[in-house]
Amino acid sequence: MKKLLLTTALVGLTASAAQAQVNIGIIFGFTGPLESITPAMAAGAELAIAEVNASGNFALGTVTSVRGDDGCIDSALAVATAERLVTSDHVNAIVGGDCSGVTGAILQNVARPNGVVMISPSATSPALSTAEDDGLFFRTAPSDARQGAVATSIMRDRGVNSIAITYTNNDYGAGLADAIRTNFEAAGGTVTMVASHEDGKADYSAEVAALATAGGEVLVVAGYVDQGGRGIIRSALDLGAFSTFELVDGMIGQSLIDTIGAELEGSYGQLPGADNPGTETYQGLATAAGFDGSSAFSPESYDAAALILLAMASAGSADSAVFKDHVMNVANAPGEMIYPGDLARALEIIAAGGDVDYVGASAVELIGPGESAGNYRELEVRNGAFETVRFR
Amino acid sequence: MDFLNALVLLANFVLIPAISYGSQLALGALGITLIFAILRFSHFAHGDVMAFGTAGVILTTWALQAAGVSLGPLPTALLALPVGIVASAAILLAADRSVYRFYRKVKAKPIVVVMASLGVMFVVNGLVRFVIGPNDQNFADGARFLFTVREFRDATGLAEGMGIRISQVITVVVTAIVVAALFWFLNRTRTGKSMRAFSDNEDLALLSGINPERVVTVTWLIVAVLVTMAGTLYGLDKSFKAFTYFQLLLPMFAAAILGGMGNPVGAVVGAFVIALSEVGVTYAFRKFLEYLLPDGMAPEGLVQLLSTDYKFAVSFVLLVVVLLVRPTGLFKGQTQ
Repeated sequence: MKKLLLTTALVGLTASAAQAQVNIGIIFGFTGPLESITPAMAAGAELAIAEVNASGNFALGTVTSVRGDDGCIDSALAVATAERLVTSDHVNAIVGGDCSGVTGAILQNVARPNGVVMISPSATSPALSTAEDDGLFFRTAPSDARQGAVATSIMRDRGVNSIAITYTNNDYGAGLADAIRTNFEAAGGTVTMVASHEDGKADYSAEVAALATAGGEVLVVAGYVDQGGRGIIRSALDLGAFSTFELVDGMIGQSLIDTIGAELEGSYGQLPGADNPGTETYQGLATAAGFDGSSAFSPESYDAAALILLAMASAGSADSAVFKDHVMNVANAPGEMIYPGDLARALEIIAAGGDVDYVGASAVELIGPGESAGNYRELEVRNGAFETVRFR
Repeated sequence: MDFLNALVLLANFVLIPAISYGSQLALGALGITLIFAILRFSHFAHGDVMAFGTAGVILTTWALQAAGVSLGPLPTALLALPVGIVASAAILLAADRSVYRFYRKVKAKPIVVVMASLGVMFVVNGLVRFVIGPNDQNFADGARFLFTVREFRDATGLAEGMGIRISQVITVVVTAIVVAALFWFLNRTRTGKSMRAFSDNEDLALLSGINPERVVTVTWLIVAVLVTMAGTLYGLDKSFKAFTYFQLLLPMFAAAILGGMGNPVGAVVGAFVIALSEVGVTYAFRKFLEYLLPDGMAPEGLVQLLSTDYKFAVSFVLLVVVLLVRPTGLFKGQTQ
């Protein structure tokens, strides 16, 4: 009876606050080098928002989302988009950006001046760990410093002693290449060459020729799946320069296998992810909602949106200055473990004054300056698809 | 044996890629140089018309593939070429009738027409994205390799291997045929001769009764053939992406200017020079030298003249040098 009264009271409370509205901006590169994976990322974030709205337990009002395009590598576009979302759409928080360079640009030029929290699901540059953020920036993706260590252990476990590295010439590629080189050399391996490539170029045979001369058992491709990274792989296979590739997270996408074909069999790589029951639950939810939940950074996007909303609920305010201090609390222990699909229950617990530990779709555990601790899935191309080998 | 290895290595990584890339550039540069010779302006919409024609070829290829038509080991796209040529001819003639003809009539300065072609470029740019989208499109089918690196290595027993793709063979063969046909047309046929006359001296040509509109129309039609061929061969060899085609404008212009604007032989030579230098200057010659030099003398570094980051700078350095030393290009072209 008591419970019934409480629920009724809660419903009444929600109803009275229903006029209020919370806006979430979703800023990803819907055009540009990651355009093939961003739709599933945005769908993930929107799924979390829809779940919160459907629960009726979110006391701050209806949550509306607005999409914006950051072009992934176009800082001017990204800043203009974010500026528009903050000033004219009045977003309370931002899920995004997707690539590291534009994320840094949005953070410094829009988020900090306007005091808006942003959680990026996929910006992985180590430089963002130390960037000035006034406590406003978080990421559900790990820093690439961690990916460098994971890639190294994957290759060393497979008995690889010498590698060549090619990276896309931007913050993301350079940071990652550096992390892999440092780790691989520290582990006793040889790095024969570290060379950049420009995206969107006509022909990569010159780059591949130089890498082939330097040699190495494996070519590490730290680039983008729809861009130069694929051109490099195509060219390296055609010229017989390399036959096995280590693919970083930006290179993981079914479109790579679809265009390269059987020659990619046996290549491997890593993608943020954890051995977490939430991952499977999320994929079920995603399939039901009509998109591919295993697409790169889609789970992290769901988690980014969920974290924002739970932190708002926990703070009892949609004001970034207030709820930014609650993000770490809802993301980490102590508290009840929250998986995808449990957001309604999480909101109930928070409303009742309880503690939640958001695990979500990607095993969120925020460390240090508010970034994911970094669990990775080791993937290998088998029978025309990326298969999970193990978790690291 | 070492000498053969060195040669094979160089062929695989430098010569073969550069020759096929150069052939594709040559077809594009020929179009640019023809337009410059006859119509006397730099056609900036060239890269995007190339994308437009190729988009036509791709859509037709898909239709043919869906209908189960195939050429066996050859790519189906070759069958679809005529449709692409018609598409690019249509858009070139439409642009000529609606834009360029007006500027011809008022005898506008070349720079004004160049700016107009920049406008046409943006329109076609948008059209291409509207028709086929901004993404990579794959339309190559048939066999991929004539022989692969591994097959070559197994067959010859050499330490180094080289592979030749079907698309590279087609590129070189088709380019050779098209260039030969074009030179025959320009030098041997009546229409070709009238085009050259028109290019050499417009007033004299008009006085001797050459119909300028006919010359212009024929020029656009030839350009449509060249540009669609170039785009299709390039797409088969690498992949189709509207943005990449737009970027091809730079090396194509570099080739045309290097060889001498308005000179067809120059355009072909210029294209191969640009392609070879882009690949060759940035190539790391260590392995090549290791094979040729006696044991103790093998170099330790990569012996790379320039990092591949500067690949695109190479064509522009060449361009600047040529313009400084021989402003008319390697072969004597028109200066205005």
